[in-house]
Amino acid sequence: MIGVGTAIFYTAVFLSVYVQVFFLVTFLEKRRHIVIRKDSISLPEYPGVTIIVPCWNEEKTVEKTVASLLALEYPKDKLHITIVDDGSTDNTWGVLQKYAHTPNIHLYKKENGGKHTAMNYALAQTTTPFTGCLDADSAVHPEALKRIMTYFADPEIMAVAPSIMIEKSKNPIQIAQRVEYDMAVYVKKMLAFIGGIHVTPGPFSIFRKKVFDDLGNYRKAHNTEDQEIALRMQSYGYKIEHCPDAYVYTVSPNTVKKLYKQRLRWIYGFLNNLIDYRHLLFRKKYGNVALFTLPSGLISIVTAMFGFGYILYRFGIYIADKVEQIRIVGWQFSLRPFDWFYVSTESTIFLSILLYGLVILAIMLGRKMSQDRKKLSLDFLYFIVIYSVVAPFWLAKAVYNTTVAKKMPTWR
Amino acid sequence: MNQKIDWKKYILVFFITLSLFLTAVYLSNFFHRSRAEEIKSIQSKIAIDILSSETQYALLEDLSCKDVSNSMLSQELNSLGDKIDYQESNSSAGNAADLVDLKRYYSLLEIKDYLLMQKVTERCGEKAFFILYFYTDKENCSECVKQGYVLTALREKYPSLRVYSFDYSLDLSAVRALKSIYKIDDRNLPALIINKEVVTGFKSVEDIEEQFPELETLLIVEKTKEELGKK
Repeated sequence: MIGVGTAIFYTAVFLSVYVQVFFLVTFLEKRRHIVIRKDSISLPEYPGVTIIVPCWNEEKTVEKTVASLLALEYPKDKLHITIVDDGSTDNTWGVLQKYAHTPNIHLYKKENGGKHTAMNYALAQTTTPFTGCLDADSAVHPEALKRIMTYFADPEIMAVAPSIMIEKSKNPIQIAQRVEYDMAVYVKKMLAFIGGIHVTPGPFSIFRKKVFDDLGNYRKAHNTEDQEIALRMQSYGYKIEHCPDAYVYTVSPNTVKKLYKQRLRWIYGFLNNLIDYRHLLFRKKYGNVALFTLPSGLISIVTAMFGFGYILYRFGIYIADKVEQIRIVGWQFSLRPFDWFYVSTESTIFLSILLYGLVILAIMLGRKMSQDRKKLSLDFLYFIVIYSVVAPFWLAKAVYNTTVAKKMPTWR
Repeated sequence: MNQKIDWKKYILVFFITLSLFLTAVYLSNFFHRSRAEEIKSIQSKIAIDILSSETQYALLEDLSCKDVSNSMLSQELNSLGDKIDYQESNSSAGNAADLVDLKRYYSLLEIKDYLLMQKVTERCGEKAFFILYFYTDKENCSECVKQGYVLTALREKYPSLRVYSFDYSLDLSAVRALKSIYKIDDRNLPALIINKEVVTGFKSVEDIEEQFPELETLLIVEKTKEELGKK
């Protein structure tokens, strides 16, 4: 008889491998449909687009964000930039005044009410057929909007998500995130192929205005309005695409504490939006988002938490044995000559190698799609080590906050 | 609003994943079997060595004591014991039967080595120290784990000390005979038979050295042998 722990471990690993194989099969099936453009393109027509920039205490970054929007290769009379200062307490409003006379920029200031209220405020002023948001700590590639707009040639496409890249990765925490974001480009595209995207990220996802006219405005949605709107769209059968070569550069948390806070909010948002949209789960009429994306999100949470617990448990036993040994016979150090006999060949080792191998392959494919010039380097080790150690804590806290404490994480 | 689901793909991915999973399990079992084969091969070699030593012993009257070599055999037996322990702690339930056979054979080799070395040391008048150690891992004997650490430490401190470990619950007539001779009871484990004297319960390195001060003579004998070897 195998133990309950072992059964959970094998089930979690099986399902995690299943998810990665699913992505790989999708990639092999659809790889010819992945479009990565390097040169400038022209569109047959340039529909009007409004980009909303919600700001709350962004005096240091907002200028760069707006400058990148002004540098977009898109006719200025078709591109409207609506900046909403959501009751900043710093000099954001003062910094924004330099754009007061820029013809296609509209400035608004309101009382603080949260990101979704700032976006809804701007949506109320929007008259263009397309709209999107750009967080005030992000910047866009000059070709990003044109590349995204090519997907709207299909009238069924209601929203297009970009590829988000880390602007600067200076320390190991940011390098680890860069690797993760590279992999996310691949994952997002594969989810797009199966119609299973469940997040339209805050930085530069573009929507048909019809989405908000039909389905209503943004909601607070546990401080993850970008997840909620995507799930709402999926529940109404609205198609979401991904444009892998529409690059958006964002500032990543540079400390473990900041990363922890950001991810706690994301995972808490995922779990609570999942609870709100639980009617989607395993219902085939909602497609792959219901049968694959949402369950695989849950699987990754369970696998990461259980895997960490399992490793911690085994490490704890090892340390306890060593402590006991030292207590009984004192410190003894004898180096046994290397013998292949003692190299572990447990099935868990092979399964872990398999799973990590598939993850590394996903990172490599993501790097290729995001045109990250760095070939596979030891960077992925930062990702594996940091996320293996830190992620279980934000996952556990998000589960705890959802099930026991009922406490929503703050933005910052 | 019904969305198209590619069920064939879900099934295909399931079978690919299952194949990968089964391959990992197969590889693990394959290497486990290879290790078992390695243990068997070491056992065969040791069996031949013991047989050779027994033959040497039978011829002893015609040979000088220095011709009977025994130090290497003891090390090989210890190394074999370590490998069987490792194999045991890393094996699944499906491989348990194979392991019991390996342990039985190993215990038999230990007993043969013990008997032979006793005779050799008596005949040649060498200073020797034998410890027979009975343990169990069935009833979660925490004292047995601790005793194992002590014996490993003793073996490292006194390289010519001969320690023979026996799983109390092993179904082998020769082990049963030993248990009956020394009246070993499973309620008093771990049990040590140190130069034919039974000691039960956990004993630290200091306890054993205090109770058996003649252990120190092993170090003196080894030093003398080393010095003679240098000359």
